[in-house]
Amino acid sequence: MRRVLARLRHDPVAAGKPPLFVACLLPLAMLAWDIGHGTLGPDPVAQLEHRSGDWALRLLLATLAVTPLRRATGWQPLIRVRRMLGLFAFFYATLHAAVYVAVDLGGFWSQLLGDIARRPYLTVGFGAWLLLVPLALTSTRATMRRLGRHWQRLHRLVYVAAAFAVLHFLWLVKADHREPAIYAVVFALLMLARLPRPRNAARAALQRG
Amino acid sequence: MHFLRRHPVPADEITPESVYRRRRELLKLLGLGAAGLAAGCGAAPAPETAAEEAPAGRPLPIARRTDYARGEAETRYRDASHYNNYYEFGTGKGDAAANGARFRPRPWSVDIAGHAEITGRFALEDLVKPDALEERVYRMRCVEGWSMVIPWVGVPLGEVLRRFRPTSRAKFVAFTSVARPDEMPGLHYPILDWPYREGLRIDEAMHPLTLLAVGMYGHELPTQNGAPLRLVVPWKYGFKGIKAIVRIEFVETQPRTTWNVAAPEEYGFYANVNPEVDHPRWSQRTERRIAGSGLALFGNRIATLPFNGYAEQVAPLYAGMDLRRDF
Repeated sequence: MRRVLARLRHDPVAAGKPPLFVACLLPLAMLAWDIGHGTLGPDPVAQLEHRSGDWALRLLLATLAVTPLRRATGWQPLIRVRRMLGLFAFFYATLHAAVYVAVDLGGFWSQLLGDIARRPYLTVGFGAWLLLVPLALTSTRATMRRLGRHWQRLHRLVYVAAAFAVLHFLWLVKADHREPAIYAVVFALLMLARLPRPRNAARAALQRG
Repeated sequence: MHFLRRHPVPADEITPESVYRRRRELLKLLGLGAAGLAAGCGAAPAPETAAEEAPAGRPLPIARRTDYARGEAETRYRDASHYNNYYEFGTGKGDAAANGARFRPRPWSVDIAGHAEITGRFALEDLVKPDALEERVYRMRCVEGWSMVIPWVGVPLGEVLRRFRPTSRAKFVAFTSVARPDEMPGLHYPILDWPYREGLRIDEAMHPLTLLAVGMYGHELPTQNGAPLRLVVPWKYGFKGIKAIVRIEFVETQPRTTWNVAAPEEYGFYANVNPEVDHPRWSQRTERRIAGSGLALFGNRIATLPFNGYAEQVAPLYAGMDLRRDF
């Protein structure tokens, strides 16, 4: 116990990682529980799709929240949880796509490629997942070192992926846009928080005249 | 009416409720919780007391039963009553079941108006006589891409409408839903232009398949499925089946209908189930069937049929029409 506390004081991020890892697995555990108990509701496949998709999007936005939080708090070590959040976002996005293709479409695959090309919500949804693939593949320390400057440039793709994911949700709902709108607003705020500050200050000064 | 090809089920061939319940218990004992199998985890089959929940409404006398779904597995009552769209109670699929407690479906009356010799306000009991009720098992295809098989109880709409002697100027029938914000919390949000409105061409309204339903699964309709009076048009997408009807008007021109007004390029006035005409945003070629145990994860997707499988009966209504334009 004393050792845990000491570690918490010494390196809170390292101490916090295992619980965060477990927390990120909770949605998966709850899905597995509901499958096992037959408590997914009347349309179990839709539930699997919605819940895996929700968590992919939430974790993607959580990943994007790390940098603004770090700036706001000035607490640099926070950066070390970003990779885990990002990889879990990719994990749930992959689960989401896999449920759609393997479980939902089951047997009706012939129309899949055409649908991805024709249906904007599928195009951006598939696009979001596709953009996350190279990011997940280059997330090891070794590739980071190898890619150097290019790593950061490559990983800016996450902004496009998140934008696509939000659009995917917005475009598939029938009439009630309130829920996807919340994600869109959070995404917009996280992007605004990234605007370089000095220029902001300069612009504000300019407006003040 | 030979073209209807009804398959009347003789009364002695209908499985008594006690028997089919016992049968389901047996299936459950055998561990046919498909989800459990699919997941590969040895969880015990779900306790299904909730799933086997009996309808809450009063049982209805039924004069005749007909299966119009060619023996396809029925959707469980629990699923049909806890997974549907009824935006007046909220936009979630379970909202109608969750938020309907304050709704009072009785007493109920319906205004009959427009181009008919007899018009006025009629009590529900006078409109739909309890001794003429029949049960019809219909497929129900939602425009969102899922479907169910539901035993409705009601009377053919045409038989009701004819009693009011519509005149030659009655070319369409317009329906209006009730809108009581105190009892229907979804009405507080302008998701749609309330009250909900629907319409049919007069020949569609008079077609023998078009049902004015007061019940399902042998009992009065629960609030969330449109109590006390709703429309069921089995060859059209589910949103045409307007719920909690308070007004029926015979009109001369095509009436404005709620979803058509909300998004005319996505939801047509006719809204006939048609695998060849996609929703602008998604394909209508296939559907996910919600039926049987309700637990299966695999094998729920099936091909969608033209006119939801009722082409033989209703395709002649649209002879010569371009169904891509008039979707």
